[in-house]
Amino acid sequence: MVEPLPNPLLRVDNLVRRFGGITATDNLSMEVVPGELHAIIGPNGAGKTTLISQLTGQVMPNSGTIRFAGRDVTNLPSYKRSRLGLARSFQITSLLKDFSAIDNVALAAQAHDGHSFRFWGNARKERHLRESARAALERVGLGRRADIVVSQLSHGEQRELELAVALATRPQLLLLDEPMAGLGVTESARMVALLKELRKEVTIVLVEHDMEAVFALADRITVLVYGRVIACDVPDAIRKHEEVKRAYLGEQHAVTRHG
Amino acid sequence: MTGKLNVSNAVAALMCAALMLLPLYSAVTGNIFILTLFTRIVIFALAAASLNLIMGYGGMMSFGHAAYLGIGGYAVGILAAEGIGSGFIQWPVALAVSALFALLIGALSLRTRGVYFIMITLAFAQMAYYIASALSRYGGDDGLTVYKRSDFAGLINLSDRNQFYYLCLACLFGGLYLIWRIVNSRFGLVVQGVRSNEQRMQAIGFHANRYRLVCFVISGTICGLAGALLANNTDFVSPAVMYWTRSGDLMVMVILGGMGSLFGPVIGAIVYLLLEELLSQFTEYSGLILGPVLLLIVLFARGGIMGLLGRMRRG
Repeated sequence: MVEPLPNPLLRVDNLVRRFGGITATDNLSMEVVPGELHAIIGPNGAGKTTLISQLTGQVMPNSGTIRFAGRDVTNLPSYKRSRLGLARSFQITSLLKDFSAIDNVALAAQAHDGHSFRFWGNARKERHLRESARAALERVGLGRRADIVVSQLSHGEQRELELAVALATRPQLLLLDEPMAGLGVTESARMVALLKELRKEVTIVLVEHDMEAVFALADRITVLVYGRVIACDVPDAIRKHEEVKRAYLGEQHAVTRHG
Repeated sequence: MTGKLNVSNAVAALMCAALMLLPLYSAVTGNIFILTLFTRIVIFALAAASLNLIMGYGGMMSFGHAAYLGIGGYAVGILAAEGIGSGFIQWPVALAVSALFALLIGALSLRTRGVYFIMITLAFAQMAYYIASALSRYGGDDGLTVYKRSDFAGLINLSDRNQFYYLCLACLFGGLYLIWRIVNSRFGLVVQGVRSNEQRMQAIGFHANRYRLVCFVISGTICGLAGALLANNTDFVSPAVMYWTRSGDLMVMVILGGMGSLFGPVIGAIVYLLLEELLSQFTEYSGLILGPVLLLIVLFARGGIMGLLGRMRRG
């Protein structure tokens, strides 16, 4: 999957976003093709999260365009992009803390099941919402923790729940912002195994610091430095890329593991 | 609410039973004053419950909720003054005007958050207050006397103390039931989700403000009903019911009883208005005692009285 297909699922052209004097996204262009797992890496402050936030509509770009599934979504608010099939998980866990795990997921399913101006029936008793929520929880290994309030879940469980919430929206494209952030070794391994399963079903853009995970999972890797793309290629080529080594990993480091 | 037997549910059930039996007690003891007092309490409980819908469940700190008390009241008063005495016209108008006002305020103020939201709702309520003061045809500053209570074609006589009390109580229970249904519905979950994490709700596909606005309108409409009841209760409506301190009273009732708990505002209204009544017999400065009580509740009992009762179960 080296050559870009004629119909990318996501296509970003000349995206620019400035915060004051800092250009967080600097004339950035990239493509994501259907079915691939596309990793985005780069040192801290490279603008990875800013990019994801622009893709999902939490941050609006100063210029440039974002096309998703053939539609220009540059100016669409985030809730409309979610309805088109763009889902994200957040780097800093962002859940409904005072709701149970299953409520979090069921609400995501509800968002994609018609409007919610229904005032009378008990939403927690709507079987199909509960069942698809339960299925998403099983998927990420949280089936037995469904009724626990989010604030009582461990950090690792909350990261898995983030994923279940995104999955429940039945996305075409899943944008994962550091799903491994703060996870222990076993939890990370579980997350990698999970992502390996998910990539068979959904196109994924993965922002991640865990290089081992990235190189194990990615079909292609885009390297960001100061908001610019300095390389975009298959993992083996990125490993050998001189500019990447210099800019990102420091010359003395081999591209194997970096926290 | 969950059907479980615990202290807070038991208290809520006892409270409802006591409210239903109150006219009986009043008749047996001949204590008419207590019935008058509790009619007022029940009306304010309804208003507080409506505020709880947006404040407790929706996270919208409206500091102008008394405006709807005035709007509902003036709708009844003005129509009565113009010779339209039928409750079948007065009350729907009261609800409709309240809903419209809420739609207008909500559409503008829901663009803001936090302190700005509090300030802008306060500003709108004060505007309503000054407009009412300027209505010289309808009493202006002095207010408007409602010479005849709403007429329901002989179905119910609002001038009968007991009948009127039970009408108010039916409105309160009806309002609480409606809120309970809403809170557990799809719509209610979305509104509570937005209170908890708006960004997350947007990201999973909800247009947060649309749901907040509808919730705001429902709340204002219910409070408008309380306003219509209040005007009938006092046979009088004046700009003072819309003054910002009235909005503050409603907020205090909600916080005191317990935000985001169905029966919290009812218990809050009972405790607040009873304390006010009791203290006014001893001192002119009831605020000197009410203030610290509220402070203690806010500092040490985040969930209000209902929260305290809920914790007793766990020991």
